[in-house]
Amino acid sequence: MDNNRRKFLKMAGATALAGIGAPAVVKLTSTSAHASSAAHGAPAVAAHAEGGSDGIRLGLLIDMRKLYGKPELIEKAVNACNSHHNIPKIESKKSEIKWIWPMPFPNAFPEHSHYHYPKQAQENKFPVLCNHCDNPPCVRVCPTQATFVEKETGIVAMDYHRCIGCRFCMVGCPYGARSFNWFDPREHIEKYNPEFPTRMRGVVEKCTFCDERLARGLEPACVEAVKESGAFVFGDLNDPNSEIRQILDKEPTIQRKPALGTKPSVFYIV
Amino acid sequence: MFNKRIVIPGLLIFVLFVTFPFWYNGLSAGPMPKPELPPGGEKECVAPASEMRAKHMKLLNEWRDAALREGKRDMINVNGVDYRRSLQLACMECHSNKEKFCDECHVYVDVTPKCWNCHITPADIEAKNKETH
Repeated sequence: MDNNRRKFLKMAGATALAGIGAPAVVKLTSTSAHASSAAHGAPAVAAHAEGGSDGIRLGLLIDMRKLYGKPELIEKAVNACNSHHNIPKIESKKSEIKWIWPMPFPNAFPEHSHYHYPKQAQENKFPVLCNHCDNPPCVRVCPTQATFVEKETGIVAMDYHRCIGCRFCMVGCPYGARSFNWFDPREHIEKYNPEFPTRMRGVVEKCTFCDERLARGLEPACVEAVKESGAFVFGDLNDPNSEIRQILDKEPTIQRKPALGTKPSVFYIV
Repeated sequence: MFNKRIVIPGLLIFVLFVTFPFWYNGLSAGPMPKPELPPGGEKECVAPASEMRAKHMKLLNEWRDAALREGKRDMINVNGVDYRRSLQLACMECHSNKEKFCDECHVYVDVTPKCWNCHITPADIEAKNKETH
């Protein structure tokens, strides 16, 4: 009897070990896993050169050369976005809602920041927003699929109806591009835009590249606001004839935290 | 049956107690709600009134999923009229008085849809935009 139990336990232990160990062995022997993780670490230029998803992938290029010394232009773009989307104005750093906002260079580009970086880059703030990544961590961690990649456009969209306010996406996003409504936002909105709903307490929100405007053939509100300056260029990253691709193919650009492998769709000319 | 004298009157009292709300109101459900028709005088909707009455919540959910999740934000054409797939931008265009149209029935049947936590009504917009100007 004792002998039988001993044998059984030995067999059970060996089987359990084999079960736990098998995935690790498979991972170590497969070469594709190594190849893809290497690609993720590639710098920004390589990341956009290798392409992302097929079909339309909308992206934004911000030409900072046209924005240096003109913080009012960035403010104009931010205000256009805020008033268009009924974004509440909350002063507290902890509770504020941000879709597009100005950020100092070292905060926006920690990987590119170093001693003796051009003075104008250090002194000017950069407009930052949701990067609409090709490989968005927020989408991967959302338990309800309230945030998802729109297949038609590559936009990382939000379905507020499904958001349960768990804020996993805020933890997942390496760009801090998501905001949580700690309060009823309506009390903090000065004037309603009847074309857009507000959000409610307990949901996460962020920039959606104005997909509701795109559907009506309009450009995103921020792009339209600073149209004359030509600092914001919006278009399809996968279309070789689009204006944004023409510039991307010609000019060196940088992206925010490219080494994380999220493949952002927002590019900056510094 | 044991304890007939206690059990049967007890059951009767229980049934009377449970049905109290019904017979207290004289077996009537109260006056029927009369939602106000569109103030603009529109007669046509995206579907016949009977269908809208029964299935508007289903239609709104379908529109929501079509617009938000499938990216179908194009107009839908019903009897030559274009409608946007939107509660706030299509429904409220005609049924602009939420208090007298939506709430009438929702209060009567005691349902509180969450639509208005985010979607703003013409009255909300007017109140807010008057406040600041």
